[in-house]
Amino acid sequence: MSSDTINWKHLPGENNVSRFVLPNGIIVLCKPDFNSPSIVISGFLHGGSIQDPGDKLGLASFTSYALMRGTVFRNVKQIYNDLESIGASFGFGASVQTTSFGGKCLSEDLPLLMKTLTESLLYPVFPVTQVRKLKTQIISGLQQREQDTGEVASLRFDEILFPNHPYGRPEDGYVETVQRISQKDLINFHKRTYGPKGMVIVFAGSIEIQRANDLVYEALGGWENMDWQPPPEVPYYSPLSETVEEFIPVEGKYQMDLIMGCHGPARLSDDYLAASIGNNILGQFGMMGRIGNEVREKSGLAYYASTSLNSWMQGGSWEITAGINPINYKKATEIIINELIRFVDEPVNDEELEDAKSSYIGSLPLSVESNNGVASAILRMERFGLGLDYLQKFPENIEKISKQDIQNTAQKYINPKKLAIISAGPRSSEKN
Amino acid sequence: MSSSVFMEKLDNGLSIFLKEIHSAPIISCWNWYRVGSRLEKKGYTGLSHWVEHMQFKGTKKFSGVYMDRIIAREGGLWNAFTHLDWTTYYETLPANKIDIALDFESERMQNSTFDEIEFESERTVILSEKEGKENDPLSRLSTNVTRSAFEYHPYRNEVIGEEEDLKRIKRDDLYAHYRNHYQPSNALIALAGDFETDIIFEKIRKLYDPIPSNYIHNENILPEHTIQRKEEIEIHGPGDTTFMQIAYRSPAASDPDFFAYTILDSILTGPASLNMFGGGGTSNKTSRLYQNLVEKEFAVSVYGGLQATIDPHLYEITVIIHPEKKPEIVLDRIDIEINRLISSRVKRKEVEKAIKQATALFSYGLENITNQAFWLGYSEMFAKYDWFINYIDHLKAIRIEDIQRVAQKYLNPDHRVVGLYIPEKDQEVQV
Repeated sequence: MSSDTINWKHLPGENNVSRFVLPNGIIVLCKPDFNSPSIVISGFLHGGSIQDPGDKLGLASFTSYALMRGTVFRNVKQIYNDLESIGASFGFGASVQTTSFGGKCLSEDLPLLMKTLTESLLYPVFPVTQVRKLKTQIISGLQQREQDTGEVASLRFDEILFPNHPYGRPEDGYVETVQRISQKDLINFHKRTYGPKGMVIVFAGSIEIQRANDLVYEALGGWENMDWQPPPEVPYYSPLSETVEEFIPVEGKYQMDLIMGCHGPARLSDDYLAASIGNNILGQFGMMGRIGNEVREKSGLAYYASTSLNSWMQGGSWEITAGINPINYKKATEIIINELIRFVDEPVNDEELEDAKSSYIGSLPLSVESNNGVASAILRMERFGLGLDYLQKFPENIEKISKQDIQNTAQKYINPKKLAIISAGPRSSEKN
Repeated sequence: MSSSVFMEKLDNGLSIFLKEIHSAPIISCWNWYRVGSRLEKKGYTGLSHWVEHMQFKGTKKFSGVYMDRIIAREGGLWNAFTHLDWTTYYETLPANKIDIALDFESERMQNSTFDEIEFESERTVILSEKEGKENDPLSRLSTNVTRSAFEYHPYRNEVIGEEEDLKRIKRDDLYAHYRNHYQPSNALIALAGDFETDIIFEKIRKLYDPIPSNYIHNENILPEHTIQRKEEIEIHGPGDTTFMQIAYRSPAASDPDFFAYTILDSILTGPASLNMFGGGGTSNKTSRLYQNLVEKEFAVSVYGGLQATIDPHLYEITVIIHPEKKPEIVLDRIDIEINRLISSRVKRKEVEKAIKQATALFSYGLENITNQAFWLGYSEMFAKYDWFINYIDHLKAIRIEDIQRVAQKYLNPDHRVVGLYIPEKDQEVQV
């Protein structure tokens, strides 16, 4: 699609998203849209699993899940009865540097969502019985994760790529580290890491800007936390010095999950857009790009085979994933490595480049079709300091990317002789 | 749904549903066929799903690679789904590119080539897809429970097909299935989005009207109204987690009992969203079973739901058992709650809550044009579009005594399947 056929002013941007900063540092962003009677709230605070003690990995996530298990004003049953009675949803979660929250309701019920957010952030009590129940639920989830071949491979992949590093540790922790977490840990973690400075709240949907600002001001304008400790900087990590190839047997399974890859650019790196377009060509475009075409379409070796670029504040990963029968492991990895060699050694062709650019630009309106999509887009712009004009300038920035930019980026990050190649699943003799 | 829907049928029997929505410059186009695993015979399970895969491999006019490229380069989405009763294909595109979807869909209604080499390559892709499903303990448990809950009805078969069938099916079997069922009178095309109805209808008419239809509706499928007997099955596999799934019969979506059953489910295990794309749901922590099982530490999670289908299907309750509790104790507690529904009326407040929840989830689906287009066709696959339009009104019309009657009729412990997945750490799988 050529850029002149899309009304770019319709996308979230400076002309239709308001930004308001409270004296205590909370940032409120709002994009009104009255096409449906619902509204989405989404946001984050600074603080996350990077602050987990090594022997209590999973503490940030555990704390975030426990916020709604009882507050000074309402017990867990009252909190969820209020939400579920109106068909609303609300929840918290944690990642490396942030604790996020999000919810949805009919616009008439927005005060309840704000009350839930405020009580959970400021007045959680972490009741002992609820902490115990939640711990059992988290551990059950972690035990199920141990049986998920994709998750097992992904965890090991992150450990190899980011050894002893926050990006290499699972935000949900491990069974043994979650076992060690107590109510006291949750209380202390909350006290130290939850504060208003830099907190972001996005409203998307059926709400006027002034009302959004007033609601946040009334609910959270007076919040201060003198004990708050900002999350530390994400440390540097070393590049892979050689290929690391590991197989993790998971008994009783039928399919093997394969993850291959290397480090990728940070979200604010100058390489990011070129890497994104390159990644689209390599394993995203249409039916999963070059990799999907070779592994699935031509060879019939997998139901899925694609690539992803995961870019964070201080770095990232570039991953190729596939679900295969273990007897096809060697063939599939060879095909993928050959595609990586081609990607690094040869520039992409004109047609591929134009297709990928067109796809990137054309998909923008679809990505912000719903309130959730709009809120996520605004949140990303704020989180990474991209500027509210980011989406509206996106087409011209994409158009600037050249074949050489993509090849330079590929050569900078991908060395087909220095990859992490992790697989998990049955041994080849087990199934066949 | 807010605005009106244009409905028309061409002379060849193709149904057309159109809904203008001008909130974003997007159109979503859905082509529905009334064929799914329900119409598959023994020895040929998985045909409908495999046909769906082959529909992306090319037609006389367009290669698969070409179709994929053209949609992707416009930033569009396209995909397909095969279910028990239907198969559907959709494209969501910038409004000014919708001709691409119409061209491709009208072409692959009749002219897909089913190339022999592509067919063989896709066999291994589908076997790989099946292996991926079998990696999941719950998927394995559900497959076994469903098979036990039907004596003869094709709903007992997996949509993806049995492994031995997938290894045996020939290209001509697949092509015959395609030609038999992909005909205008067995199809429905639904579009929602930023268009003018007159213009888009004319485009559709021009493309689809010349396609002949000689579809013979010769279904002879007897519905199975009850689960014949009480059955308990056990499967074993790796892991640390015990899963339980209980299946009762549910009525056809067109049966008036379906709506009371939906309220019953909401009270027992929490509300389920009807939206396939976007929307969002709510949690189920105040549902009766969550309170009785999870809050009392007999389970780690519980959820349930029933599907809208042509023939009676299943109402399934799925539980992750607490690691320190025995499954039989958990089953006893579930039975206590089921008996409560059977023996005493629910409270008016609980019904009102279920209706409010359903109304909210219904509204969330209106944000998304793709979801709205989906609903235009989906409800026609098992009932009529009115089913969806009047969905909330049907729920509001439910009386308290209807819920008790439905519980008594369907939640009979002598006519159900109880399935257990028992973890066996570090041992080989046994079934």
